[in-house]
Amino acid sequence: MKSSSKSLVDVARRSIILATVILLALVSVFSGCASSGWSVLTAQNRLRVATTTSLYDTGLWGYLEPMFEEKYDVEVDVISVGSGIAFDWGKRGDVDVITIHSKAKELQFIDQGYGVERFIFAYNHFIIVGPADDPVGIKDLAPEAAFQKILETGTTKFVTRGDDSGTHVKEQAIWKAAGYDYANDIETASWYVDASGGMGQTLEMASELNAYTLSDIGTFLAYQSGLNLASLVEGGAIMLNVYSVIAINRDKVLPNELAETKAWKVKAANNMVTFLTSPEIQKLIGEYGVKDYGQPLFIPCAGQTEPTE
Amino acid sequence: MHWYNEIWNALVEALRLIVTLDPEVVDIARRSLAISAASCLICFLISLPLGSLIHFSRFPGKSLLISTIQTLYSMPTVAVGLIVWLAFSSSGPLGSLSVMFTPTLMVIGQVVLITPVMLGLVISALNAIDKAVPETATALGASRFQASLRTIGEARFGVMTAVVMGFGRAIAEVGVSQMLGGNIAFYTRTLTTAMMRETYIGNRDLAMALGIILIALALAVNIVLNRLQQRRQ
Repeated sequence: MKSSSKSLVDVARRSIILATVILLALVSVFSGCASSGWSVLTAQNRLRVATTTSLYDTGLWGYLEPMFEEKYDVEVDVISVGSGIAFDWGKRGDVDVITIHSKAKELQFIDQGYGVERFIFAYNHFIIVGPADDPVGIKDLAPEAAFQKILETGTTKFVTRGDDSGTHVKEQAIWKAAGYDYANDIETASWYVDASGGMGQTLEMASELNAYTLSDIGTFLAYQSGLNLASLVEGGAIMLNVYSVIAINRDKVLPNELAETKAWKVKAANNMVTFLTSPEIQKLIGEYGVKDYGQPLFIPCAGQTEPTE
Repeated sequence: MHWYNEIWNALVEALRLIVTLDPEVVDIARRSLAISAASCLICFLISLPLGSLIHFSRFPGKSLLISTIQTLYSMPTVAVGLIVWLAFSSSGPLGSLSVMFTPTLMVIGQVVLITPVMLGLVISALNAIDKAVPETATALGASRFQASLRTIGEARFGVMTAVVMGFGRAIAEVGVSQMLGGNIAFYTRTLTTAMMRETYIGNRDLAMALGIILIALALAVNIVLNRLQQRRQ
């Protein structure tokens, strides 16, 4: 048939154009990922960090990551999840280092052999935030008393992280200190709302619902301008918020890992710990946020006795 | 702020991001395109031969197989994400491949997601071609294989539809990309995962702007694919 050879050429030509377009797209994305060889396809030469959301949402990781990458020539991938998930991924070996703020669980993580060692590197405080007009009237109360008043009044909502994060664990500790049973008195309460997410997301929801919530001071300051919430309760020893870094114990978590990969990862993880606790970076952590928010978001504390309030 | 103000702001922001070629937006747009194009291509290379094989063969349970494929069109993206995650997690059976949270794994996940769609639509396209086509070819001396090729050739517009549908599902999905990629900045972040994050942390303007860019991109790709699809007059 006379059209068959012509349409074959036609199809061939169109296929070539299509294939070229696709190839260009692929090349452009792969060349966009800086770094050598197969690193783009697999993660063997990338350092994976699972971080609590407050270190990410405040922009601290965005600030420190390029410095680390340049100093040690290592590609770092920082994934922002709650501390609960960070522990889980650490146990599975999906990440190499975790930065979290949940002391009891950190000690358990190390005891069970999943982590090598816990190094504190920064701290700040939790605060209770809520609508500026403070309908329940918790301003300047002690945190336990504030929670009690929220429960007893029962008309204004409280938003929880609900994700087993360091913040969520602290919140549960405050409820307990106030004398309540979390599962029976709080979780089922009508005014209790589960955001199931990170700190930024939870603050957003609290702002939308004119509700109270517990937040670390860093994330709150970073998000404050877009929220209609105010800081109402700031004191109390229970509100201490200490951040640590833990490298996962590869022997236990990934026993079948290739020796070469393991050596590389262990070195990179140790470099990360050294980096976060080094005097230069500690100084930068202590200054972070002053320019934009008028006060530092974190207080450096590496190598010191752990703060207790 | 009224909703129409928000939409207007989003449009302006989208335009600004495109015109100034904002590096983060360029990065995620390129990645969305590349990952979806890669999965679409791989899927096509699987679906055309496999779909042809299924269509042209006769075997017991054929219609059951085709029904199952069509049911899998509606597989939730998070379910696909979870299954692939369990398989490729560092502690999982394929963990030694070390592809957790990489664009590679996102492509694998999307291939799993869109293969049923492309496969099913290829089979439908072949099915729609009149039996007279391969029969005539055979009558003119073609082998069974050559006759099948004629049918495939006649079905090329339907096959193109299958590719377009597959690509559409791939570029629009967020469940697989988020779960398998981790939304890592400048590495596995795509338009859809970025949109989700920005929405949740309250940057609705930016999220909407990204959404507009995503639609514009999908539109542009479809226009190109359509032109390639046109019958010569």
